[in-house]
Amino acid sequence: MAYAKPLPKIDTLNRPFWEAARQGRLVVQHCTGCGDRHFPPGPVCPVCLSDAQDWVEVSGRGTLEGWVDFHRAYWDGFKDALPYRCCLVRLEEGPVLVSNLVGDAEPRFRAKVHAVFDAVTDEVTLPKFAME
Amino acid sequence: MSRELKDKVAVVGVGNTRYGNFPDRDEYGLAAEAFRNALEDSGLRKDQVDGLLVCRIPYYARMGEVLGLNPRWTLTMPPHGRMSAMGIIEAVAAIEAGLCTTVALLYANIGRSRRVNYGGDENPSTWDPFGFTSPGAAHAMMFRRHMELYGTTTRQLAEVSVSIRYHACLNPDAVMRNPITIEDHESARFITAPLRLLDYCLINDGAVCVIVTGRERAKDCRKAPVLISGFGAQETYAPSSISNFDMEFWYPAVKAAGEQARGMAGVEHADIDALMCYDNFSPTVLFSLEGLGFCKQGEAGQFVEDGALSLGGRLPVNTDGGHLSNSYMQGWALNVEAVRQLRGECGTRQVPECEVVQYVQATPCTRSIIYTRG
Repeated sequence: MAYAKPLPKIDTLNRPFWEAARQGRLVVQHCTGCGDRHFPPGPVCPVCLSDAQDWVEVSGRGTLEGWVDFHRAYWDGFKDALPYRCCLVRLEEGPVLVSNLVGDAEPRFRAKVHAVFDAVTDEVTLPKFAME
Repeated sequence: MSRELKDKVAVVGVGNTRYGNFPDRDEYGLAAEAFRNALEDSGLRKDQVDGLLVCRIPYYARMGEVLGLNPRWTLTMPPHGRMSAMGIIEAVAAIEAGLCTTVALLYANIGRSRRVNYGGDENPSTWDPFGFTSPGAAHAMMFRRHMELYGTTTRQLAEVSVSIRYHACLNPDAVMRNPITIEDHESARFITAPLRLLDYCLINDGAVCVIVTGRERAKDCRKAPVLISGFGAQETYAPSSISNFDMEFWYPAVKAAGEQARGMAGVEHADIDALMCYDNFSPTVLFSLEGLGFCKQGEAGQFVEDGALSLGGRLPVNTDGGHLSNSYMQGWALNVEAVRQLRGECGTRQVPECEVVQYVQATPCTRSIIYTRG
């Protein structure tokens, strides 16, 4: 059956993130001028406004900063998944990501989490998180 | 904020439509009705209005054409739920700069009849592939953090919805007029847990108009003017990818805006007779109380217990029923309620001896306005 949930809108700016995810790596945008690491990516560094940015791999480790359980589907593709859990993760390297928390364990605030990679289509792998 | 603007501009007219589901009406028709009501309320003639601010109305020129207005100052605000106080402050600045003398601010919303969802493909975001969408989910995430950081409970959160619904029951214009209890809140269905149906604002159609003018001109208007005595502002634009979210509950921004507004108006917390608090979701009220300093950070759950936000309580909040139970006019109706309270027009929901009312919106564009009786 075709994958029915929304897929990322991959563009010039965010392509490196999704290409790395397909390879099972988590990357964030990095300013080669001031060293700031951030995600989602921007056209210039939000700290020093430099154009000189690349992408660096991060550990995939972070802390669970929050979670919510959706009981309403805003896309038909999520109807069969209800209720499903989204989480907020602060990576060890600083950036904060939204993702899904996988596993059945009861979430614990500020628990250590690590990235796990879910290949949902041939082209798209979603970086999700699991508690240690 | 600049103290030179203290008490220089007054609200002289307020008006609104009925609130509900009006599939046969559009923004222009609703806004025209609100404008007519506000103009009548002010006693001004239409040709005395020389400034026009529109929000969530598609095209300012069509609005001007509909009303037969050709002002010398026009501003369009985007349809976001944080523009009311931004617009009112812009109007104050325009009047004091001499760009115009009298501004009609118009807001209309037809989201109910047009089935607006506030999530999914209406508002594309980076996080859609994970199913994370909607301002309600962002507030659910913040409230989860508040629960974990400070021990706030959903029963405490329920107090917000219950007090505000109580006020709606006293407001003949409110959409939701059946009383609710903490148990009703706790047994309502989840939308995005930990938030339930009764933590979410309404979505309804309607329009609001506010007319402001300089203090001197205000003396010739029909009713006693309500003065814009203080205001404050602070944006928090990151993370914009999670719309309507802040890791710190906008605490620094609300604190800054509140201090600016109180400083400009020359009032203390104890002087504030009622608070009109942007309540798109019930947790925002807790965040606003903490940021404004009505209690310490993390203690809003305790502050709101035992009906503290109800009429007769420590601090009456959203005496019209707010966004949760009166009408989703995205802050505009709360500013109108502030004016009506200060005029003493609120009937059974009137705050006794009401002299100072504060409005606050804890959002990426945080604003607070302090209104006083002129």
